[in-house]
Amino acid sequence: MSAELIFKPITELASLLAEGKVSSVELMRAHVARTRAVDPRLQAFNSFDEADALSQAAASDGRRAAGASRGPLDGIPVGMKDVISVAGQPLTASSRMLANYVSPYDATVTRRLREAGAIIWGRLNLDEFAMGSSTENSATRTTGNPWDLTRVPGGSSGGSAAAVAAGEAAAALGSDTGGSIRQPAALCGVVGLKPTYGLVSRYGLIAFASSLDQIGPFARSVEDTAITLGAIAGHDPLDSTSLRNPIPDYRAGLDRPGATWKLGIAREYFAEGLDPEVAAAVERAVDHYRSIGCEIREVSLPHTKYAVGAYYIIATAECSSNLSRYDGVRYGHRSAEAADAVDLYFKSRAEGFGAEVKRRIILGTYVLSSGYYDAYYLRAQKVRTLIRRDFLNAFREVDAILTPTSPTAAFRKGERAADPLAMYLSDIYTIGVNLAGLPGISVPCGFTRGRLPIGLQIIGKPFGEADMLAIARAYERDHAWSAQHPEMNGA
Amino acid sequence: MSRPADLDIDHVARLARISLSEEEKAAFSGQLGDVLAYIALLKEVDVSGVEPTAHAFPVENVWAEDVAQPGLPVEAALRNAPARRDNLFAVPKVVE
Amino acid sequence: MNYEAVIGLEVHVQVRTASKMFTRVAAGFGAPENSLTDPVVLALPGALPVMNREALNQVVKAGLMLGCAIAPVCKWDRKNYFYPDSPKNYQISQYDNPICVGGSVEIELPGASRNVMGAHRAVALTRIHLEEDVGKLTHGAGGSLIDFNRAGTPLMEIVSEPDLRSADEAFAYLTALKTIMIYGGISDCDMEKGQMRCDANVSIRPVGATALGTKVELKNLNSISFVRAGIAHEIRRQVSVVERGGAIVQETRDYDGQTGASQSLRSKEMAHDYRYFPDPDLMPVRVDEAWKARIRAGCPELPFDKQRRFLSEYQVPYTITSVLVPDRALSDFFEEAARLSGKPQAAGNWIANDLLRELGRAGIPLGASRVRPAHVAGLVKLVEAGAIPGPAAREVFAAMMETGEAPEVIVDRRGLRAGTDAGELEQWCREALAGDARSVADFKAGKDSAINAFKGPVMRAAKGKANPKLVDETLRRLLRDA
Repeated sequence: MSAELIFKPITELASLLAEGKVSSVELMRAHVARTRAVDPRLQAFNSFDEADALSQAAASDGRRAAGASRGPLDGIPVGMKDVISVAGQPLTASSRMLANYVSPYDATVTRRLREAGAIIWGRLNLDEFAMGSSTENSATRTTGNPWDLTRVPGGSSGGSAAAVAAGEAAAALGSDTGGSIRQPAALCGVVGLKPTYGLVSRYGLIAFASSLDQIGPFARSVEDTAITLGAIAGHDPLDSTSLRNPIPDYRAGLDRPGATWKLGIAREYFAEGLDPEVAAAVERAVDHYRSIGCEIREVSLPHTKYAVGAYYIIATAECSSNLSRYDGVRYGHRSAEAADAVDLYFKSRAEGFGAEVKRRIILGTYVLSSGYYDAYYLRAQKVRTLIRRDFLNAFREVDAILTPTSPTAAFRKGERAADPLAMYLSDIYTIGVNLAGLPGISVPCGFTRGRLPIGLQIIGKPFGEADMLAIARAYERDHAWSAQHPEMNGA
Repeated sequence: MSRPADLDIDHVARLARISLSEEEKAAFSGQLGDVLAYIALLKEVDVSGVEPTAHAFPVENVWAEDVAQPGLPVEAALRNAPARRDNLFAVPKVVE
Repeated sequence: MNYEAVIGLEVHVQVRTASKMFTRVAAGFGAPENSLTDPVVLALPGALPVMNREALNQVVKAGLMLGCAIAPVCKWDRKNYFYPDSPKNYQISQYDNPICVGGSVEIELPGASRNVMGAHRAVALTRIHLEEDVGKLTHGAGGSLIDFNRAGTPLMEIVSEPDLRSADEAFAYLTALKTIMIYGGISDCDMEKGQMRCDANVSIRPVGATALGTKVELKNLNSISFVRAGIAHEIRRQVSVVERGGAIVQETRDYDGQTGASQSLRSKEMAHDYRYFPDPDLMPVRVDEAWKARIRAGCPELPFDKQRRFLSEYQVPYTITSVLVPDRALSDFFEEAARLSGKPQAAGNWIANDLLRELGRAGIPLGASRVRPAHVAGLVKLVEAGAIPGPAAREVFAAMMETGEAPEVIVDRRGLRAGTDAGELEQWCREALAGDARSVADFKAGKDSAINAFKGPVMRAAKGKANPKLVDETLRRLLRDA
């Protein structure tokens, strides 16, 4: 039974649990076994607490026995990117800086998952402090892509995407600042959703760039994604940027047979640098929508080419300030060499942060420093307005916009490590969505000839997650990509 | 790799309170030079009359009522402290 | 050459709230070390700020009381600098868009003597903004120790124009500001508890010059007297530097109130680059007319306005007003006593002299005083009516302090009333009760009107001169004891 449970969708697992055909403890044991079997090669987990997970599972079984099940997530293992606080568990951000830090409190999303009965399962690897697109910037380990362990899983939520793709968790949470959910979802062949800014509370999420960060789900199907999103979405008084918009039943609105939409294609997203195999797969997906009666319209997003520049100014400026708190005073790595308190900062931060984090702090500090603010930060915020306006103009004509999620499929480990700019440009299709605060989802839309997954990005209107998910489902219904699982052989 | 004329890496690293090795300084200067050269693309955008976006969906007066609630127990507050003396956080001597 | 000083003050005032500026853990002074923290206060990974509505109310109130323009919309900025007492290593503050702009503080300069009102003038304000306090750092051998209880306490920064010309003016400014803050319930402004702190920018220039000289920032002026002494010292220092042919260097100096000396902390070259930018974690604040009207309705009369009113409306001497007015509760106490007695001057005298002296001697705060305004009014009326002689009034006052009994009760019990022998009255009452056992029984059985049966005999015995109220009270007391 155990191995058969792996890769089953949450919806099916929930039925098995409800019918008493399997217990949550059995389900959890199956995931522990799977993780023990594949993670030594995959390296998706920074850590996991088996005893804690099994005790959560036992509690879930207890609720079910008492007729007090909390719904489809009750008893389902959900992995957590290691930037989301879980009370009493490590919170490392895959950084040496927080190697020994234990969070004393639950993030709001953690609390909400618990309230939905989910089992909070493991700490998943990422690019240090969520800065990167390959998970190679982790100070703890290098995660492989389940479809080819010599390649990266994408990033920064590479551990979350890989764990879900490899069957180590039924779903996972990640965070997305410039594509950090959607890009690894595409590269690992799973569904990843970045919600509208303000839909999901950031309280308890280690901040990278506060005005761009959102937590969102990974799952192996659109429906599982909808279920997980529904559990974590909603206003939180502890996050001042959390919005009060009503949360619809995403799952109930998924299947709309016969529904058609006006879908936009932006020429700017099919430009130089796009791998022809990726372009072809996305075009086939577009054709599918056309075939089910959707109207495909060309839309223009003329400021797209400025998005990466604006993003790297805003994101690094905010990160330079957000990461000032890691100073070795109240928690975190403290240099043993410091002569005085000022020296303590210089040395603890030099020892605690990796190269990419330092690079971004330096860039962010520079763009905010005296005399440069107007030229960089203020200008970038204005460009952000223009990018946002482009999208809102497009949404007057279409219900959603279809793009590739990433210009290429998974690249080889080490391939882009020495060239930060090349790495930054791999986020070119995802960054605009964060700048505009929009929701975006990546759904699998095929494989390259080399059996590497390709992702289709669907960009929705503000707070248009329900439609966006329904549009994704309309593609998924006719394409069984999620029935294919990585072999995880070799390497 | 291009080296930007006005990026004083020593000054910026000092502001950021990060010691950088000579190798890091050289590497970062070059890499950030590339990034800044790329970012310079933004200069061609006409932003006159454009308001900056600080929040994608700005709302006003997001606050809480002034009702005190329990905080962290002292032991929890100090649990992750690298060094403490009694219930205080300890740091090496502060010199201006 | 003669020089004049040009002084601007930056005053930090802790705002009185139950919880902190951006999180709901309690704010307060004197709690056990690091017991007032939470993830936000300690800047733990993932913590986020949420504004305290009451702190905003308080700063709007301060702005309205000081005649500031309240910005219709303001925002929050991060001021980035590293220091171990600053948990995030940035402070949430307001940079280019403060909540209050302009306004002024009315000050009173020293008069010719203590009995004479000094000249008044308005000192212009630049702005008031809201921010958050830092933790408390103590330096010991081998290291420094941090208590974050204070961190995150709402803090107002009140910035004056360079509009002050002397150490005395600075003293008067802080005194006036403190009084206003206490009046508004905005802050307790206890400098010993760090609830009010002051930095001064001081420069000098030849009298008649209009350009400003190079300014020196004085830090750590932690009492109003130290502010006066520190500024006076700095002015003397600058004059002596210039007179010796030297030049003033732009710098920050630390004034030591104990030794009366100052030393340089840092020069302009070491000035901070705070890298201000809008805080993405917080939303803007909009203060509309309705909000302002609501706060305005709760603003008290300003102290100097009240003083002028006391002088004109009650004809109270200046010296008395200058005792009563700075303490809002005391001035309210006085107004109540003045109203009840109809004799404000006499009430003012009793309060400003006897009451304050006796409370001070006993170490009792006004709020815990047994003597309330009605006691003072009662005593004033007794004296004014000639019912008790002057020396007896002091005895009554002392007894009121002791027991909290009404002055009339004390006067009657002690037989202090001019022309009435309390002992005689009591005797008459006893005789009346002894002569009518049936009415005594009726009264005890609950028939209150039975008491009237005794009053005729008593009045006859007193030949109509007994005070009916006193007769009633005496009868009731005796009946209670009987």
